Amino acid sequence: MIENHLSLLLVVLPLLAAPIVAVLPNGRLPWAVSTLVSWSVFYLAAWQLMNVNTGNVISYELGGWAPPWGIEYRIDAANALVALIVSGIAALTLPYALKSVIKEIPQQQHALFYAAFMLCLTGLLGIAQTGDIFNLFVFLEISSLSSYALISLGKKRQALTAAYQYLIMGTIGATFFIIGVGLLYAMTGTLNMADLAQRLPELYEHRTIHTAFAFIMVGFALKLALFPLHVWLPNAYTYAPTVVTIFLAATATKVAVYVMLRMVFTVFSFTFIESTPADELFLLLCVMGILGMSFYAIYQKDSKRLLAYSSVAQIGYMMLGIGLGSVLGATATLVHLFNHALMKGALFMAIGALVYRVGSSRLEHFSGLGKQMPWTFAAIVIGGLSLIGVPGTAGFISKWYLVLAAIEQQNWLIVGVILIGSLLAVIYVWKIVEVLYFKATGEMEQHNTAVKEAPLMMLIPMWVLVLANVYFGFNTELTVGTAQQAVQLLIPGVNK
Amino acid sequence: MISLASEKLIILAMLLPLLAAVLIVLVDKKPNLRDALSIIISLALLATVLSLLPSILEGNQTSITLLEIVPGLPITFTLEPLGMLFACVAALLWPVNTLYSIGYMRGNKEKHQTRFYICFAIALSCTMGIALAGNLLTLFICYELLTLSTYPLVTHKGNEDAKKAGRVYLGILLSTSIGFFLLAILWTWHLTGTLDFKAEGILAGKIAGPELIVLLFLYVYGIGKAALMPMHRWLPAAMVAPTPVSALLHAVAVVKAGVFSIVKVVIYVFGLDMLRLSDGADWVLWIAGFTIISASIIALKQDNLKRRLAYSTISQLSYVTLAVFILAPLSIVAAALHIVAHAFGKVTLFFAAGSIYTASHKTNISQLNGIGYRMPWTMAAFTIGAISMIGLPPTAGFLSKWYMLQGAFQQEQVFAVLIIIASTLLNAAYFIPIIYTAWFKKEGQESGELVVHGEAPKAIVFALMTTASLTLLLFFFPDVPLQLAMLLRCY
Repeated sequence: MIENHLSLLLVVLPLLAAPIVAVLPNGRLPWAVSTLVSWSVFYLAAWQLMNVNTGNVISYELGGWAPPWGIEYRIDAANALVALIVSGIAALTLPYALKSVIKEIPQQQHALFYAAFMLCLTGLLGIAQTGDIFNLFVFLEISSLSSYALISLGKKRQALTAAYQYLIMGTIGATFFIIGVGLLYAMTGTLNMADLAQRLPELYEHRTIHTAFAFIMVGFALKLALFPLHVWLPNAYTYAPTVVTIFLAATATKVAVYVMLRMVFTVFSFTFIESTPADELFLLLCVMGILGMSFYAIYQKDSKRLLAYSSVAQIGYMMLGIGLGSVLGATATLVHLFNHALMKGALFMAIGALVYRVGSSRLEHFSGLGKQMPWTFAAIVIGGLSLIGVPGTAGFISKWYLVLAAIEQQNWLIVGVILIGSLLAVIYVWKIVEVLYFKATGEMEQHNTAVKEAPLMMLIPMWVLVLANVYFGFNTELTVGTAQQAVQLLIPGVNK
Repeated sequence: MISLASEKLIILAMLLPLLAAVLIVLVDKKPNLRDALSIIISLALLATVLSLLPSILEGNQTSITLLEIVPGLPITFTLEPLGMLFACVAALLWPVNTLYSIGYMRGNKEKHQTRFYICFAIALSCTMGIALAGNLLTLFICYELLTLSTYPLVTHKGNEDAKKAGRVYLGILLSTSIGFFLLAILWTWHLTGTLDFKAEGILAGKIAGPELIVLLFLYVYGIGKAALMPMHRWLPAAMVAPTPVSALLHAVAVVKAGVFSIVKVVIYVFGLDMLRLSDGADWVLWIAGFTIISASIIALKQDNLKRRLAYSTISQLSYVTLAVFILAPLSIVAAALHIVAHAFGKVTLFFAAGSIYTASHKTNISQLNGIGYRMPWTMAAFTIGAISMIGLPPTAGFLSKWYMLQGAFQQEQVFAVLIIIASTLLNAAYFIPIIYTAWFKKEGQESGELVVHGEAPKAIVFALMTTASLTLLLFFFPDVPLQLAMLLRCY
């Protein structure tokens, strides 16, 4: 019974939980219910992945209406992998959230905070699950609106401006997307992705299709913060409550990248993309994003902002795989999407633990904390090494496939950019490590010697992610295996 | 049966140092127990490595695969002659160095001693991993971990100088390895679909012409630990570390891991036959020659003893590179032997430098007038080490230079012969003045106050006498290392 409705339950469960959580009395109850929901969702997502990992495709008809008239949830390995990341990160972030939220958000808002969190989870999972392009827009709006609210809960007043900035940019992005969807519907009369993929090829020459494609691409480039449409991201990540930063950094942009993959490879096709300037444009923007944003990250004085700029650079890596337009490239994108969620999740959790103890995210305030908070420090080192792509971590696997994809096309410029990007990552990661590792100087010396290690409730989720970074550096059956499986379904006509 | 046992021993060789690291954490508060444990485990490692010897001398090759990261890309450890030689050297010197560290760290009242021993043990484990690596990926993983585990050792003092040196160290080693070495590995993988070390090389017929030269240079400069100019600056920077680190890691484990990797890549990835047909090998030969000479000239000008030794190391490392790229069977033997010979000699020299610092807090050569009479054991050992560096009998250094020259003649490499001769003169020029200062100059001629001091602590003296004796013994009994090196000749 459950198995048949698995794909829908994944979305409906948090959706139903949201209003329930909202009316619960403030205190621990909203947290407990949301945590429970996130764990169940994670369990369902793992189950779903097991079902499709063999190459199956689950097609779920919403309300029993047959596609392409009704809404179809079409789950293959790609969706299932993304749903697993989103729900997995949520399942880890929520236990971590308890202490952090008590410290950062006024108590009368706790229930609403968790309700918004559940809505955001619903939206992101919905985007991952759905096979209907208009339904996707609906979920996009659910996730976006709830994240504007979540970001605005940040302690500093700048959080409001950051949320407002994101609201404006995000709305433009969503509007562009819906304009594109409208044009596609006008031309083809369908909103089902699989159906679109079949009807579009004969219209490839048509100018309206090109316009629709452009609107959709720009719309989602805004959502995933592709350079130079990224300006909302650093502020949002810096001023949002820690928990929100962790969750959004590890999931929101990843889901948007997945949509890009789906649009570029399934709905349209790479042959179509090659007839437009989009692939070259992607590569160009990725190169500029990776190099430029990594440089920016080096000069940041705030740890959250530093990691935020690093995220923009990392999104460049993911989009590189799409821009290269090969099987290996798409595999690399999916692998990095998964791995980057692990590393950024771990890093933001560790930074969050420091913020929890010190009350500031500025690097100079972390001076010498490595001694006081050895576990958090070790988490930053390992997470950072993964971000750099040192062998033995998940990040290495990502770099491995990305570089291979570029070498395969003899694109030495891209190879160089990926490697230089890693070297820039060494610099900005080591900036954090150095501050923590070496003894505190000046006024921070007195202040920081009294700091204790982060509470266990924060350390455990953090270390689960850290260990996952190491585990997926050695065992790539889940990441690479599923990604390869997914790419075969993503790109029709590709065989082993 | 034997091969099964060797497989377990291979794993044990890497696990033992890690075990040491864990135990050291557990007995953090009891320094005596901690230091005793370090010694015991280092001796156990030596026993483990030595017990692997018989099987390899019989010509067996044992291999063990732990797991497969990506289909076709396993983590594999293989026992082969060159790796065995390197593992033996590192395992032999670890107990001696541990003893020395105990004397040095206590004598100088260094802080964070537990962290020091932990990182040291982890570095040793990585070194074993490099020595026993069965393919390029495994080698690369251990290579990177070695860089990272030695960073806390280099920056041990924790002051501004250490921080800066740490940046140079990490910056050069990581950027060369990620920027060039990894790229070279990926390129090789793309071309051949395998990263295994094979006796005849894996690249034969897959790449040629200018691309081959580019790939060769990616490897040679990607392996920054070999300190080929201009990628050498991290080595002098690393000298801010406590002397035991400079001795075992920056004269043996880390730097030898570099040249060892180069030898491995040349023999097992490219294959000698392939390189003989390419111009690339000659170019590397010239760069190695240039490094030998210019590092020696820089060494001449250094007054700081450890810095002079560091530049001498840079020059000596390029001997190994030079020897390999002569591409004659005998010069490969020489390269392998030089890894051993230089290790014993240079460890002795660094031990002596640390001994002088511990006893008198002197760091510069100009302060050493007449110190030979205050510290006779230390300076006797130093003299032996220096003679080995110059390459005179009866020391180990003579052996490797002998084979190197033979190899060069065999291949009619006049350039290499000239470099070896010139650098021998330069070696003499920067070592003999130190010996002269220590034994023949009157004390008190230098500026500054006269410090009355005696010999360094016993642990230090014992350690440096051991390595000095090893330098002499290797000349008289070169059988085992020579046998191992000769096994390489067939490639």
